[in-house]
Amino acid sequence: MTRTARSDGKVGCRRCAAVWPKETLRCTRCGARLTSRDRHSLTLVWFWWLLGVLAYVPANIWPMLETRVLLDASEDTIIEGALKLLTHGSVGIAIIILLASVAVPIAKFAIIAWLALTVQYRLPSGSKARHRAFEAVEFVGRWSMIDVFVVAILASLVQFSVLASVKPGPAAFGFAISVIFTMLSALSFDSRLIWDADLPEEDVPLAGQSDDLAAVQKSAPPQG
Amino acid sequence: MTPNSPPEQIACPTCDAIYDVQPGARLSCERCHTRLIDPEARVGLRLLLVSLLSAALIFGAVTYPFLTIKRFWMTSDATIIDTALAFDGPLLFLSIIVLALILLLPALRLALTIYVVAPLVLKLRPLPLAKGAFGWAERLRPWSMAEIFIIGCVVALTKIIAMAEVTFGPAFYMFAGLVILLWAQDKLLCRYSLWKALEK
Repeated sequence: MTRTARSDGKVGCRRCAAVWPKETLRCTRCGARLTSRDRHSLTLVWFWWLLGVLAYVPANIWPMLETRVLLDASEDTIIEGALKLLTHGSVGIAIIILLASVAVPIAKFAIIAWLALTVQYRLPSGSKARHRAFEAVEFVGRWSMIDVFVVAILASLVQFSVLASVKPGPAAFGFAISVIFTMLSALSFDSRLIWDADLPEEDVPLAGQSDDLAAVQKSAPPQG
Repeated sequence: MTPNSPPEQIACPTCDAIYDVQPGARLSCERCHTRLIDPEARVGLRLLLVSLLSAALIFGAVTYPFLTIKRFWMTSDATIIDTALAFDGPLLFLSIIVLALILLLPALRLALTIYVVAPLVLKLRPLPLAKGAFGWAERLRPWSMAEIFIIGCVVALTKIIAMAEVTFGPAFYMFAGLVILLWAQDKLLCRYSLWKALEK
């Protein structure tokens, strides 16, 4: 088993990686607040997760783009826009849009919920799988913003006054807010919990910080 | 450090695995592969130059047109600021978010990094609040989305290429250069060495 700052009865700084005795409250090297495990983190994860899911609903109901070509005006939601592309034969772009705006956000919600639940209730799952899922969410999370940027670029570029114009719809706002909340949810997650859930039950990491550090010391003799 | 004192320890910020620091040796976490110490990426002149050049490119990218579109007899230019302010009326709030993500936060991170790194490279004492400044530069890292914006441009281009003639303006190439420099800056920065330097 890998030795951790916690199993050695110490606390590691998440900002600068310095190691201090377990009672230390603030890192003298970088000034960050120290916690062996952040037990408030899961509450925050769920808080932002819920807001992200709530904002994702209007993002799909409201129009994302208001397009006007000559006298023909149309408002499309994300899914309508993709289906329209599909009927016009742009299968590739339609699939990319459906993946980026529908499949990826929903997968993100599912993965964050799964991570939080497996860590919270110690459900069967390996730390390897959890780590891979966490890395995926961390990496992909920011990229969902690309949809909002594309709408902004199109809107600022396609301004032919009378002939054609593209205006962003209110769904762009819902979508941006949803991406930001989901990023905050993933960033709130204390990634060190990913590996703790594989430890034996008596080292439960989510109890009060001082109590369970004492438990770790009792149960884990010095190693290495 | 005296020869008899115990070796310095370092805990992986991602997974809490603990390691002894071997002076001058590269160290990555065995469990989660986080880069912990990179002796070649000492806080040095290269990092400072890359940061200063990035700052110059941001200024350039703001002033020149980004994309130019032609249809029939009409031409329309878009600068980065135009793009960021594409949302008006009740969506103005969204404009502010976009402006922050693609321009303000990358610029702020660069300014903070230069503020922290420049005195170290010039062998001077760190400026006041340098620790807090670098802490913020690190915290803002996921929110700096210049590279996502560049890919967004390419996507937008493929969407309208059928109905109009679109060309990249000089700012596009400056911004693309900026994205590469920001990536290099990240690789050139050993966070462990920087925090150690600020500690003194």
